[in-house]
Amino acid sequence: MSKARVLVGTRKGAFVLTSDGKRKQWDVSGPHFAGWEIYHVKGSPADPDRLYASQTSGWFGQLIQRSDDGGKTWAPMDNKFVYDGVPGTHQWYDGTAHPWEFKRVWHLEPSLSDPDTVYAGVEDAALFKTTDGGRSWSELSGLREHGSGPRWQPGAGGMCLHTILLDPSNPDRIFIAISAAGAFRTDDGGKCWRPINQGLISQYIPDPNADVGHCVHRIAMHPSRPGVLFMQKHWDVMRSDDAGDSWREVSGNLPTDFGFVIDVHAHEPETIYVVPIKSDSEHYPPDGKLRVYRSRSGGNEWEALTNGLPQQDCYVNVLRDAMAVDRLDKCGIYFGTTGGQVYASSDAGDSWAPIVRDLPAVLSVEVQTLS
Amino acid sequence: MIRVVLPPHLRKLALVDGEVSLDVPGVVSQRSVLDALESRYPMLQGTIRDHVTLRRRAFLRFFACQEDLSHEPPDSALPDAVARGEEPLLVIGAIAGG
Repeated sequence: MSKARVLVGTRKGAFVLTSDGKRKQWDVSGPHFAGWEIYHVKGSPADPDRLYASQTSGWFGQLIQRSDDGGKTWAPMDNKFVYDGVPGTHQWYDGTAHPWEFKRVWHLEPSLSDPDTVYAGVEDAALFKTTDGGRSWSELSGLREHGSGPRWQPGAGGMCLHTILLDPSNPDRIFIAISAAGAFRTDDGGKCWRPINQGLISQYIPDPNADVGHCVHRIAMHPSRPGVLFMQKHWDVMRSDDAGDSWREVSGNLPTDFGFVIDVHAHEPETIYVVPIKSDSEHYPPDGKLRVYRSRSGGNEWEALTNGLPQQDCYVNVLRDAMAVDRLDKCGIYFGTTGGQVYASSDAGDSWAPIVRDLPAVLSVEVQTLS
Repeated sequence: MIRVVLPPHLRKLALVDGEVSLDVPGVVSQRSVLDALESRYPMLQGTIRDHVTLRRRAFLRFFACQEDLSHEPPDSALPDAVARGEEPLLVIGAIAGG
């Protein structure tokens, strides 16, 4: 029988939540790495027992942990993330040039086919890769050095590379996103990159239509249609039907188009989910009501999903890496909040229930569908 | 033997209980002690000092013999009591960050 395993990164440790295919009763394991910030935990699609975790601390820096048994035991791997060559400068908050400095790993994206190959998105923004299971990391410096790097600037949370999407139909094509630089694509395995931000409009930068400088919060794709991308930008929910070459807004009737997460139903490529957040200065749901919004038409027309979610006095946030979907039937949707709840729906969003209510603030949620 | 006391998170990472005892050849300095520590416990590389610059992480301090030695040059000799193994070098996580 199929199972679901949810990997949760929080401000004070990692948690592994497991359930059978019904997804009603959950076993909670953790905290792993208690007291450390766990920005992301993700399993290899090629070997579900191979997990990677980004463990970080303001005191002790960055660690990478690896599990070969589905999260029961872990071992520290190489934690040396050194920029290629002389890293140069990017823009600081005040517009001055600021040297590139490694701070932490935000996102780990294992290869679709090789458990030993993983991409790491880091702050200050760059993309690293290991091909030996985390024993060593090297930068794919073509991204940082393609030309626009000196114009990148940090968002409020830092200048982080937070999204890595691997094209299942083309191993040379990778999409990434950076706050606040925008989205980028390579078509040659990471050597050459170019911005893919045409159609994004951001009023908080001097040229709202600039090729870089956009605060992209998250990008999602359905694996069956890797040329169709959905984006939650700082403001605006966007869609591209040409692999990012152009974007159009699909915010439609959302109560607010600010937010962080966006994801796609596992079996319906036109069904997408967001969690609207009131504004960039008020990071909580509008009206104190935690609502997931679902569009079955790839955007523009949205319905509020509220069954089982708090509809009064709720002032949590849902961070950019904190939503995931499983591949069971019906599709399961999961998201975690800064209030420490992880909510799950086993019916594609029609109803919700908390798996756990009182974890530390949730930074990331991933789910594995296990047979 | 040089005695080093690590903060709890690093003891857990290095899988050690209590103090660490290290054989440190030559001058006993911050640098030589950390070199010996990281050689014996490679998982601590990058956690006390930066991989590239080798600078002490901002929220860590080095104490010994009731003195804060954090701002001493890394190659300065540590107090004789530390070199003789009578007193430990304390690696302290600063009370910062909430």
